[in-house]
Amino acid sequence: MSFVLTEDQEMLRDTAMAFARDELPLTHLRALRDKGANGHDPETRKKLAELGFFGVIISDEPGGEHFGLVGLGQILEAQGRTLAATPLLQTALIAASAIQLGGSKAQQAEWLPKIAMGEATFALALDESAHFAPLNVATEAERNGQGYTLNGMKRFVPGGHDADMFIVVARTFGEAGDRHGITLFLVPRDAKGVTVQELKTVDSHGAAHVTFEDVIVGEGGVLGPVDEGADVLEPVLDRAAIGQAAEMLGSSAAAFEMTLEYLQSRKQFGQLIGSFQSLQHRAAKMFTEMEMTRSCVAAALAAVDAGSGDVAELASLAKAKASELVHLVSNECVQMHGGIGMTDVADPGLYMKRARVQEAMYGGASWHRDRYARLNGF
Amino acid sequence: MAYDVTEDLDAFRAETRDWLEANCPPSMRTPMKDSEVVWGGKSEKFPNPESKIWLERMGEKGWTAPEWPAAYGGGGLTKEQNRVLQEELRRIKARPALFSFGLWMFGPALLEFGNEEQKKRFLPDIVKGKTRWCQGYSEPGAGSDLAGLQTRCEDKGDHYLINGQKVWTSYADKADWIFCLVRTDTSTKHEGISFILFDMKSPGVEARPILLISGESPFCETFFTDVKVPKDQLVGRVNGGWEIAKRLLQFERSSISAGGFGGTGGSGILGPEEYAKIHVGTDSEGRIADGDLRGRIADHKMYAKAFNLTVQRQTEQAKAGQQVGHTASILKYGAAKMNQDRHELLIEALGSEALGWEGEGFDKGAMRATRGWLRSKGNSIEGGTSEINLNVIAKRVLGLKDHQ
Repeated sequence: MSFVLTEDQEMLRDTAMAFARDELPLTHLRALRDKGANGHDPETRKKLAELGFFGVIISDEPGGEHFGLVGLGQILEAQGRTLAATPLLQTALIAASAIQLGGSKAQQAEWLPKIAMGEATFALALDESAHFAPLNVATEAERNGQGYTLNGMKRFVPGGHDADMFIVVARTFGEAGDRHGITLFLVPRDAKGVTVQELKTVDSHGAAHVTFEDVIVGEGGVLGPVDEGADVLEPVLDRAAIGQAAEMLGSSAAAFEMTLEYLQSRKQFGQLIGSFQSLQHRAAKMFTEMEMTRSCVAAALAAVDAGSGDVAELASLAKAKASELVHLVSNECVQMHGGIGMTDVADPGLYMKRARVQEAMYGGASWHRDRYARLNGF
Repeated sequence: MAYDVTEDLDAFRAETRDWLEANCPPSMRTPMKDSEVVWGGKSEKFPNPESKIWLERMGEKGWTAPEWPAAYGGGGLTKEQNRVLQEELRRIKARPALFSFGLWMFGPALLEFGNEEQKKRFLPDIVKGKTRWCQGYSEPGAGSDLAGLQTRCEDKGDHYLINGQKVWTSYADKADWIFCLVRTDTSTKHEGISFILFDMKSPGVEARPILLISGESPFCETFFTDVKVPKDQLVGRVNGGWEIAKRLLQFERSSISAGGFGGTGGSGILGPEEYAKIHVGTDSEGRIADGDLRGRIADHKMYAKAFNLTVQRQTEQAKAGQQVGHTASILKYGAAKMNQDRHELLIEALGSEALGWEGEGFDKGAMRATRGWLRSKGNSIEGGTSEINLNVIAKRVLGLKDHQ
């Protein structure tokens, strides 16, 4: 395992940090929100494609070199700093991983180049209730003559309002809750019977409820093994949790730095409020938690690239730690800013709103604690 | 000239492996027993005779202090060679040959601040485990405010004369020598402190063990009455001791947190999840039946994992030459929390099994956990309280200003 970036990864990180700072500052999200764009941002998508950010874990030839999840993690951390709404997590990480892990040669040849060029965006249509429960899938895929007929509804699909393609988690056997009987499908947004209900979300990134009504999918649309889709879905969700954690680390770091600046500039009782020990100790504790979370995220990203056996454990560790961290830091960011933190014109609220979405995606802290315990046999 | 580092390291690994194979006694490759830890010095009894042989052999090679210069008795190894040595030691599950404040704290400070004669005089006996050192820092009136120390050191022309009292001196009753902070100028605070060394057998030195709530006495009150110290035993310059003191505290905090106070395990004591499974029970899926306790144990285990990953990350980054400043305080704070949380969970999971003190009727491992729980309360006090460490992080890492 390595905690030290390669030179190439270091350069990628610098590029991503500069891009987020210069092209996607917080004012960018604010402007998108104020004009009601709800996370739709075709211009940014174009720029990300030009930078090659969509293809960071995809090699030009099969088996060729790429920056790895460690590289993509640097980009996600950078965009987390400014709360940028981009399709990278859904497309460059989740869809690319799902197609790499489960796709046929033909599917890989068709979709991986399109993903790498930024020509197709994806969304993973998984949750059917208000809580992350990846095996609780009731959406039905019934075998017909040439393929399958899909019926069901997916709730709060992140990036679902802006995606060209859906990876739909459906049931070909058994009942909601069963691990066996899950199958993944590639479904175009414009397929007959797909209805996208765009959602205006608290973080201004947007999402969608997606309904599938008698949607016909051919054999070529099956992604990975029939009935054993969980074998693909679970490692994909581990990577998703790790990528989301990297983004949360960036958001936490930025919110913390903003708070620290305020502590060093705001005066009360003739003193900088950062000289008060009660605030100093809370800041120091946040920093300690952040350092620990950074270690977990770095270890999890590196474990995926190294193909280690402990990816699942490290994914749950990273996502739980990052969820707790972003929760703590975003709350403290509002509190330590005092009244100004309650206003819309100041930024702490934006971090807190985004934090709750980040926490909920791919399992919150308690979900991952429970899983960590299970993986450790208690 | 072609210089193949990898080839050299491979050769070193082969030699090391052969040497360890020939020289590490069989019982030194079994898990360490608390009663067989070797601290060295004149009071060392070596209850396991093989531990004496092991210390002598490792000390002769200088491998108790692998990276110290050979001129001072150290191994003279490079970082890379030391990494290989540690890997080979781990491979055969070798016990550490020596536990020593001299190795962990005083030696590194003397290497930086001592003069040539002092290094030659004191370091080799630390490496060989012949001299056991203790640390004279805290005083009854100077705990967290260490620089407020009052132990007087007067210049009497051809010697120094020391009068005062230290407290929380770890193993002062067993140590041969002491490294000690003393006041050489009463008119200023930090700038009036000096760093001095003396023999614990000097007339006027008295160490009295302090009985702790855990029933053990690892610390002493140490009294100095007209103790005469030769002038060449002052390290650095007169009134220049605070800088050495601070540096040494970093070594102390690092050595404490590297082991996490043993917060990720302990000899003969099961983990809280194991005790919970035994004493609380499990549900049909093998989970701890008390969901609330289970969640808190998981939370702790994750904290411990995150802590260990952080130690690893900082080690790797330091090796790669990346600056990792003031991490000692972060890790010391984290290590104390981790070990205290672990012990509280052990006690909770053990239930009434954890409420024994001594004698029959209780599991021996459980009774050690109970003593360990009481002892762990000191973790957030010794070596800089958690509050002081948070101050250090706030001020030196985050740059927050003092109250004006």
